[in-house]
Amino acid sequence: MESLVVLIPALPLAGFILTGLFGRRLDKEAHWLAVGVVVVSWLISMVVVVAALSGRLGDAGLSIKLWEWIPAGKAFHVDVGFTVDNLTAVLLIVVTTIGMLVHVYSIGYMAHDPGYWRFFAYLNLFMFSMLVLVLASSFLVVFVAWELVGLSSYLLIGFWYGRRSAALAAKKAFIVNRVGDVGFALGIMAIFVNTGTFEIRESIEKLTAAGAVLTVPLPVIALLVFAGAMGKSAQFPLHVWLPDAMEGPTPVSALIHAATMVNAGVYLVARTNLLFAHAPDAMVVVAAIGIFTAILAASIALTQTDIKRVLAYSTLSQLGYMFAALGVGAWAAAIFHLMSHGFFKGLLFLDSGSVIHAVDGEQDMRLMGGLSRKIPITYGTMLIGSVAISGIPPLAGFFSKDEILASAFKNGFLWVWLVGFIVAGLTAFYMFRLMGLTFWGPSRVDRQVEPHIHESPPVMTGPLIVLAIPSVFLGLLIGFPPESGLIHQWLEPVFTDGLEVLHRPEAAFNVFGIDGALVLSSVLIAAVGIAVAWRLFGVELPRLSREPDPERVRALTARAPFLYRASLNKWWFDDLYDLLFIRVGGRVAAFLWWFDRVIVDGTVNQIGIETQRAGRLLRQVQTGRVQNYALGIALGLLVMAGSYLVITAR
Amino acid sequence: MLDHTVSLVTFVPLVGAIVIAFLPRERPDLARATALVAALVAWLFSLGLLVGFLPTHPGFQAVEVADWIPAFGIQYKVGVDGLSVVLVVLTTTLTWISILASFGPIRERVKEYMVSFLILEVGMIGVFVALDLFLFYIFWEVVLVPMYLIIGIWGGANRIYATIKFVLYTLVGSLLMLVAILATAFAFQDAHGGQWAGAFDFEQLRTFAGTTGFANGLQLAAFLAFFLAFAIKVPMFPFHTWLPDAHVEAPTAGSVILAGILLKLGAYGFIRFAIPLFPDAAKTYAPAIIVLSLIALIYGAIVALVQPDLKKLVAYSSVSHMGFVTLGIFIFQQQGLYGAILQMVNHGLITGALFLLVGVVYERTHDRTIARMGGLSARTPVYAATFGFFMLASLGLPGLSGFVGEFLVLVGTFAYNPVVAGIATLTMIFAAGYLLWMYQRLFFGDLSEFLRGLGAHLTDIRPVETLTLVPLATLVVVFGLFPGLILHLVDGTVTSVLSGLQRATAINLFFWQ
Repeated sequence: MESLVVLIPALPLAGFILTGLFGRRLDKEAHWLAVGVVVVSWLISMVVVVAALSGRLGDAGLSIKLWEWIPAGKAFHVDVGFTVDNLTAVLLIVVTTIGMLVHVYSIGYMAHDPGYWRFFAYLNLFMFSMLVLVLASSFLVVFVAWELVGLSSYLLIGFWYGRRSAALAAKKAFIVNRVGDVGFALGIMAIFVNTGTFEIRESIEKLTAAGAVLTVPLPVIALLVFAGAMGKSAQFPLHVWLPDAMEGPTPVSALIHAATMVNAGVYLVARTNLLFAHAPDAMVVVAAIGIFTAILAASIALTQTDIKRVLAYSTLSQLGYMFAALGVGAWAAAIFHLMSHGFFKGLLFLDSGSVIHAVDGEQDMRLMGGLSRKIPITYGTMLIGSVAISGIPPLAGFFSKDEILASAFKNGFLWVWLVGFIVAGLTAFYMFRLMGLTFWGPSRVDRQVEPHIHESPPVMTGPLIVLAIPSVFLGLLIGFPPESGLIHQWLEPVFTDGLEVLHRPEAAFNVFGIDGALVLSSVLIAAVGIAVAWRLFGVELPRLSREPDPERVRALTARAPFLYRASLNKWWFDDLYDLLFIRVGGRVAAFLWWFDRVIVDGTVNQIGIETQRAGRLLRQVQTGRVQNYALGIALGLLVMAGSYLVITAR
Repeated sequence: MLDHTVSLVTFVPLVGAIVIAFLPRERPDLARATALVAALVAWLFSLGLLVGFLPTHPGFQAVEVADWIPAFGIQYKVGVDGLSVVLVVLTTTLTWISILASFGPIRERVKEYMVSFLILEVGMIGVFVALDLFLFYIFWEVVLVPMYLIIGIWGGANRIYATIKFVLYTLVGSLLMLVAILATAFAFQDAHGGQWAGAFDFEQLRTFAGTTGFANGLQLAAFLAFFLAFAIKVPMFPFHTWLPDAHVEAPTAGSVILAGILLKLGAYGFIRFAIPLFPDAAKTYAPAIIVLSLIALIYGAIVALVQPDLKKLVAYSSVSHMGFVTLGIFIFQQQGLYGAILQMVNHGLITGALFLLVGVVYERTHDRTIARMGGLSARTPVYAATFGFFMLASLGLPGLSGFVGEFLVLVGTFAYNPVVAGIATLTMIFAAGYLLWMYQRLFFGDLSEFLRGLGAHLTDIRPVETLTLVPLATLVVVFGLFPGLILHLVDGTVTSVLSGLQRATAINLFFWQ
């Protein structure tokens, strides 16, 4: 079993190295190796996952030590090692399954790209990094993987480096992530300094042990770790990089910026749940940031016209839900939503890629419309994804989102529930606005492109169909009955200690009590959102058809001009950061450079100049005439004799 | 087994230099070959030293002693501990790489160039192995002369200004250090009833410092003198301004050695001499030095952001990176010291490689202005990938060697003071900022107007150039994954330095006796 676990990340690593070295020669055949290793890695993962979830690895999971990484004295050592427990297993399912499908999809999507092999090499590097991230048993190794997924994200966002916007987006993603990483790194340092170990489980047990004396308060440590999560999972105020990351090829957006890497923050907080359970103040911050990001991003998604950007803001918003869940102590619900969101958002992104593929690279939904009959598979699967994310039963999103809202309500976080409730309505609205603009109503596609609209090849539609299956059934399968489904049984050993600390009462789900009312309300608000979207942007379903109403949309936006502009301009966060960090920061840097040249170096040079001047002055004394020197000697003697007389006279 | 290895490593390059001096001027190829052979032989001897070195054995090994000026107890005494071994091997490695990298660019006065380079190597190795303070001082100054020539003769347009600044600035510090060395020797001789024996012997001085200890006044003054010499060399803020000038004007190989080894001389001096000899003074000044290190870290990084010249950018990044080294040294904490030493090696490898890479583009364009570059990725993909690799290593990407050193220093700093660690960690953001921005402007986008004008001259990296970079890249990966290879070697050094500090107490600066 140990060697199998090691193979899971080792195979993509080998794929990356080999494709990186020989990919140029493999050219259009480069995918065989890259996709092959990921498929094998998926197979092995499934074996490990089954073993873990069936309890064969024990509650604490399987631990593997590979080598001693940093031996710096007796008090400091870091081991590279892996742990497989049930939380890891759930993440493995998401990462390897979606990873594999995206690899396959890319064969079609990237077929005509000159950087074909390079793309697959980077994807393999990402898979390796992401798998190490979920497997690592030590904070420091998690951090390594944390930065490596950031690197692969950087490389893939900037994949089309000839485009300035792509290069800028890649850099922005890396630097914004680094801001969060500073917090994470400091958190890891605080943990080590206080516990003497980097092992996740051991260090948290020591930190939270009764009577532990800490140099840094526990909530501060928890929030430092959370800062890392905020960067990677793009939570406010570090959310600005994710929408720009859509500059990358669409399979990348699906895999990294929707289904896997952005979940790393959620995973990290869930992994350290015991730490947060002992720091309730930090948990409130997590919940607040999460739910604020949820509504902020949803409000922006309402008006975006780029199909991928709508999905990107939707991802931010859904990640916000997950953090809200983590903050209210509904950890299993957060991981459940991570899983179901991974599948349906991965599906939605791949669908959007298929749409873009069909209309020759166009991403502006104002230049789409009426595509439903021309690309039926894409349309059908995207409709499934949209229903799933809107929270309509019995699809996956309904179960996972509803658990979050219900937990927030029942754990006493009414404000989280209320905001989340509104976001549910907004979500349903912007998703069906997207559907209406893209697939229904009259076609607004460029006349040159119109005749060439075509469904994607099977290598692309295949993954869509496969991903549609869990988007429909996952909730029923592992989320039913609510709050005691399979996912809860799986994750029970991971969260049990933390839940004990929180003292959450375990009330059974009651259809005719508060639970039923909550379910009903959230389904209702989703239905309202969908209905409004239909009214404004049209719908074409069997026995249900309505033309879009652009006049009404215009009237609505005119009625709330501020809100509309705020949403359209993303609440001006990018402009604010540009002002603060690019303009003002640039001025500061320019000033410091001036200071360096003129003040620091100026002083040094001035000392040199003064020395020269002093030398020139003293040179006058060296006349070379004996009489001058004799005069000097005589004067000197006189002074000496005089002082001798004065001193002895005392 | 290692009887005369240290002397051999040190003086093999000198033999090479003498041989080259007798070679005919019209055969530069012979001079090149001889220099490379001499450097490789020295490298092999240093590897022998590395293999024969016993990491678990405390104290200095392979010690050689011979009387030199017996009247004052001055000896030829050399020997190595783990720190010396690591730095000697770093020196010999970077030297042969630099000589190889000079084959193409250096076309004039090849003979003199190679002689200078080999004598430079003698001086650098000598500094790392000398165990007699007077001998140390001699080697310290030996380094200066060839570097003066290398920048002054084979440098860029403004080379005279840069090289004179470099020499005078360094000389100011080292002359004060000479005074301090003499004062220390006198104090030792005074305490030993006028006997000169051992007055310059580092081991005896260290023992004295650890038992009786030097008087507070002497410590405070002598440490300051040593500090100035070393701080200028590192260079620490605000003594750093010679560095950008020297780097910009130096030929590529000169920059590699300057950044790779010369800057380490200062850090080495702190660890080897200044702290063990004057522990109380070191503790007294440490907070101020830590503040200067923090300034260097942040300030160097911010100033690097706005540099228009590639070499200046890397030079300021050196100021920032060396801030980690001095910070790690002066928090007097185990992880910090390990990290500082590792960072010295890593900085040598990574920044050395970055200067080689800048040299590659400079050789083709005769320009280093970042604004004129752009879009190189499409034209020179292998060069872009290699540059990218070292750029990532420099910004401390985990898995590569730069990260481990920085992280160890930061952990040590956190234990010392979380706020200081918080400030130092911000460097992570700035480093990503200036490096990624530089990389974007060089490699992404469309090929710039200026580069397009070069036409076919703009070729991808050549095999010889690759040959100089592959060993460095390999080491960066190996030390990133297995930093223990270096850390275990310096266990003894770290223990000895820290145990020497244990009994030390800071001196009250206003009421010392």
